[in-house]
Amino acid sequence: MTLFLEQVLNGLQFGTMLFLMAAGLTLVFGVMGLINLAHGSLYMVGAFAAAAAAAATGNFLLAIVAALAAAALAGAIVEIVVLRRLYRRDHLDQVLATFALILIFSEGVRWIFGSFPLYLDVPRALAGAVHVGPLSYPLYRLAIIVVGIAVAVGLWLLINRTRLGVQIRAGEADREMIAALGIDIARLYTVVFALGAALAGLAGALIGPIQSVQVGMGEPVLIMAFVVVVIGGIGSIRGALVGAILVGVTDTLGRFLLPIVLGGFMDQASAMSVGSALASMSIYILMAVILVWRPTGLMGAH
Amino acid sequence: MTARTTFAAALSAALLASTAIAAPVKVGMITTLSGGGAGLGIDVRDGFMLALKQAGDAGAEVTLITEDDQQKPEVGVQLADKMIQSDNVDILTGIIFSNIALAVVPAAVKQGKFYLSPNAGPSQLAGKGCDPNYFNVAYQNDNQHEAAGEYANTLGYKNIFILAPNYPAGKDSLNGFKRFYKGELAGELYTKLGQTDFAAEIAQIKASGADSVFFFLPGGMGISFIKQFANADAGLPMMGPGFSFDQDVLGAVGDAALGAINTAQWSPDLDNEANKGFVAAFEAEYGRLPSVYASQGYDTAQLILSAQAAADIADHDAYHAALKAADFPSVRGSFKFGNNQHPIQNFYAREVVKRDDGVITNRIVGTAFENHVDAYAAECPMQ
Repeated sequence: MTLFLEQVLNGLQFGTMLFLMAAGLTLVFGVMGLINLAHGSLYMVGAFAAAAAAAATGNFLLAIVAALAAAALAGAIVEIVVLRRLYRRDHLDQVLATFALILIFSEGVRWIFGSFPLYLDVPRALAGAVHVGPLSYPLYRLAIIVVGIAVAVGLWLLINRTRLGVQIRAGEADREMIAALGIDIARLYTVVFALGAALAGLAGALIGPIQSVQVGMGEPVLIMAFVVVVIGGIGSIRGALVGAILVGVTDTLGRFLLPIVLGGFMDQASAMSVGSALASMSIYILMAVILVWRPTGLMGAH
Repeated sequence: MTARTTFAAALSAALLASTAIAAPVKVGMITTLSGGGAGLGIDVRDGFMLALKQAGDAGAEVTLITEDDQQKPEVGVQLADKMIQSDNVDILTGIIFSNIALAVVPAAVKQGKFYLSPNAGPSQLAGKGCDPNYFNVAYQNDNQHEAAGEYANTLGYKNIFILAPNYPAGKDSLNGFKRFYKGELAGELYTKLGQTDFAAEIAQIKASGADSVFFFLPGGMGISFIKQFANADAGLPMMGPGFSFDQDVLGAVGDAALGAINTAQWSPDLDNEANKGFVAAFEAEYGRLPSVYASQGYDTAQLILSAQAAADIADHDAYHAALKAADFPSVRGSFKFGNNQHPIQNFYAREVVKRDDGVITNRIVGTAFENHVDAYAAECPMQ
């Protein structure tokens, strides 16, 4: 039972991490209509900036700040230099251009930081596990859940309670109209893209201490984030949150439960093998089922 | 020119041919230089080039063409075709990953080119698929896992939890481990390939009542696992193949890997003259400690240099015999080829330690196998 509870927590933690990635992706898609494959590269930029800053200063908070700044800056530059030219083109052109950006970012990061994975560790204050009764859980993972919830609340306030949020929602609904009302849509797009990039950078900096900070680290997460966006409904932050938790919990519990369930009616070795194969498909099956039921995703309007 | 001087010139030319360095040889290196696996290819290449540089004039007789396979089998095949057909290379080498080797090697050796593997050692090429033109200078893929299984017995582990990714090399790994391990298994787990979050698996390991954990998770997967395992306060000893705890990984995980036991055919502190010279020269040249991949690249180049000194590449049979003799001072100490042209060599147990200067590296603590022959040699029809 404690093991099951721990796995649910693991699913939640994985979900909040996916949310940080998916929120930026869905925001950019919803407001700007842009498919950004290079979102994973911004995640990588965040992790590398955090690792470099942590190595230079030894302070994890400074590392997070560096990650946010580096990713937002990289995002703003990319938007101004490249993506601005692509809004009127169709999605295939956007996919091609942002795929090229993945390659450029990867080789650029290798050029600056070298080919070997960087060192980034959990800050001392968050190291180790907390014990509640029979359950022990890594403190750092709890911290990620807390940060994820805080970001979700902050984004909700930003979208629903601020002037920028009004502009974002208006831009989502009708971009010609808000341009006609005198809002600088080019600047709005740069700000939104930098915000999405900063969220990806934050995810990279938070995940860096418990994963490998290496070139190409963003692409596996990017695929999961796209699944989350599709399940939640394209453009919906709330949908991204629900979708991320759903995907995180499904993936984690699938990995844990499927081999056990299959072990009930086949031998252990094949249950393990079939179970792990099915578990890696589980989120895609989930996505297919949800799309049959609601073709625009759980909270999608498009 | 008089008859006498003509005769003298011919005689001296003949003498020269028999004593001087043989004809130049062209080597095509296909290796992984971009993407997540680039560190391994760079180490193989750097080790290889160091050996050529140290050899001076003899090294200059080896023309090296290096290309990046981007860790993709189809790119590897294209590069091999180009190197064989338009660059006219005599020898191919360099491939890191087994799936690329399986796509490239069988066709290359059928076209009469030598292939010397500096890393990948898939079982398909060690058993029935062995070939006179294929030499593996590194290891057979199962070896390090077999050594870990054997050394787990020595360490007295009775109830170990084992995990690897769900792909062919992962299954070979756990099967290799179980081939020699005699205790019980607390659990056996296959993860998704490329997975980087192991919270679910670590929870299961902690709940299984295991006394230790063995894992084979190449590249970034292993780095993630080691960090997360240390962070979960699991308190169980870790062990794995040398790949999981080599120099490319240790820099990224820091103290989290200290004390882990791993098995490999080489270690930076292996006590022989060739190795001391290699480690010192590598550090001086590149400013970092060599990894096991660098040692394999270095030995591959040494093997070519030794064959160059003994035979001419134009005489295929003589060159084959010179390669098979493996007459070079390996950084691994004793080294020879078995009937399937894979190494017969020792495997050591290494412990991850922190040196006085703060560098985290491996130190030999025992020997798992002496003169180990791989499990597929008997299936190879070559003698």
